[in-house]
Amino acid sequence: MSIRIKNKLIGGTIVASSAFSVVLIIAVIIIILIVTIIGGKEKLSWEFLTSFPREGMMEGGIFPAIYGTALLVIIMSIAAVPFGAITAIYLSEYAHEKSWLAQTIRFAVRTLATVPSIIFGLFGLGFFIQFVGTGMDKLFLGGQLRWAQPNLLWASLTMALLTLPVVIVSVEEAIRTVPRELREASLALGATKWQTIRKVVIPGSISGIMTGTILAVSRGAGEVAPILFTGAAYSLATLPTSISDQFMNLGYHIYVMSTQSSNVDKTLPIQFATTLVLLMLTFTLNLSAVLIRSRLRRRMK
Amino acid sequence: MKEIKIVTRDLTLHYGQKMALNSISIGIPEKEITAFIGPSGCGKSTFLRCLNRMNDLIPGVHINGEILIDGLDIYQKKIDVVNLRKKIGMVFQKSNPFAKSIFENIAYGPRINGINNMKKLTEIVERSLKNAAIWDEVKDRLHDSALGLSGGQQQRLCIARTLAVEPEIILMDEPASALDPLSTSKIEELIFELKKNYTIVIVTHNMQQAARVSDYTAFFYLGELIEHGRTRKIFTAPDIKQTEEYITGRFG
Repeated sequence: MSIRIKNKLIGGTIVASSAFSVVLIIAVIIIILIVTIIGGKEKLSWEFLTSFPREGMMEGGIFPAIYGTALLVIIMSIAAVPFGAITAIYLSEYAHEKSWLAQTIRFAVRTLATVPSIIFGLFGLGFFIQFVGTGMDKLFLGGQLRWAQPNLLWASLTMALLTLPVVIVSVEEAIRTVPRELREASLALGATKWQTIRKVVIPGSISGIMTGTILAVSRGAGEVAPILFTGAAYSLATLPTSISDQFMNLGYHIYVMSTQSSNVDKTLPIQFATTLVLLMLTFTLNLSAVLIRSRLRRRMK
Repeated sequence: MKEIKIVTRDLTLHYGQKMALNSISIGIPEKEITAFIGPSGCGKSTFLRCLNRMNDLIPGVHINGEILIDGLDIYQKKIDVVNLRKKIGMVFQKSNPFAKSIFENIAYGPRINGINNMKKLTEIVERSLKNAAIWDEVKDRLHDSALGLSGGQQQRLCIARTLAVEPEIILMDEPASALDPLSTSKIEELIFELKKNYTIVIVTHNMQQAARVSDYTAFFYLGELIEHGRTRKIFTAPDIKQTEEYITGRFG
């Protein structure tokens, strides 16, 4: 076989396999969308989004789950974004590439990113609830049970741990796109390192910080395992009013309806509609992250 | 002969194991223009960046010897690098305006020095832009982004930004190498104007430029200072053969 034919063959195989993967992925997305839209469109309405579940989840809406998910990601972001951003700034601006602290952090971040999410859930249960929560109850409430049980705060902090690597990596990437020339310009004008970071580096990477936050939020909105043991509730008659309350969650709600309901078939349309809401939420978040990131990349060139 | 502003004694610089500057001793006179020339990689930019301690930022750089500015050793422990850099401005090869308005670019230095009074800032911005000969071109769009200016304008803006901090010395690292001839000649005129008030050190690989604008010229080769003297003399009757060969274009 001549080299030319061989090259063509290899090239053709590569193109064909890529095309196949792309078609497959798009097909899966379309099927998921179509199935959930067909199954859920009857149910999806303003009333569905704004009312409580009724009749053992077989009627009514999913407002508490939306509300709980929103609270979860907000508290999670408040915890994860500042820490993540500060860590990213430390790694890219202060740490020497080869210092043991920086290498340890990088190793930890990489490892953290590969830990299965259910492990985070177990960790949250063991650390936040049993260790920190019990300690707080003993210390401040004389042993009265308040913090040593699943709640919004512990679930959000567990989720924050899970999303921390996402924040760190995307903020660091954004900070590295700020050209060295700009830092030098600032330093040469007599700015301190911190002034340079505050006035040049952070404004220059703000879209990356936003991307990181959105990606983290989107991940947090979709994950269920970390909150299983740490705060998500089956079903609640009232909305959470404090961070020490339990909460409902979209992903968990789908799981509960499909496995724990007394009549799973009757909840099917609600399941589809809930899935649709969750999908729309994460799609929108991811899409906005992609858009912001592509703007950032364009600016880099 | 004017006062000597900058003196270096046996300045040696290593990047890791590699020696980049070998025992440089030179005196740079006040309110004159000194040009550093030499082929790429000869150490002239590295040397320039020693003068405002910009090399501190690069890991693995190790410096021996002394640099005295107004008689003060700038590598002493007790020297405040931030204050030092306020006294010694720097203009870079690639114009590097911040992604801010023209006004805010100039106001950046004064602001980090704690000047926040708008009237005062406006005065400084106007004076700096006038001194950098760019006022007429930008006075009607001070609040537009600096990134919308042409390359030559951006570089003059960067010079204005440096002037706003009121330095005594201005270091210029090939300030016109990325510019077209017209912009280059504007920058050169400006440099000539600035000499009245500032000590200027300019690195250039363009020998005509060195000959046109500078009063003194230092020729660097392979990390060593080969020859240093009046520009007229260096370009007409250099003492050392290597200098002559470089200037007449036989290598470099």
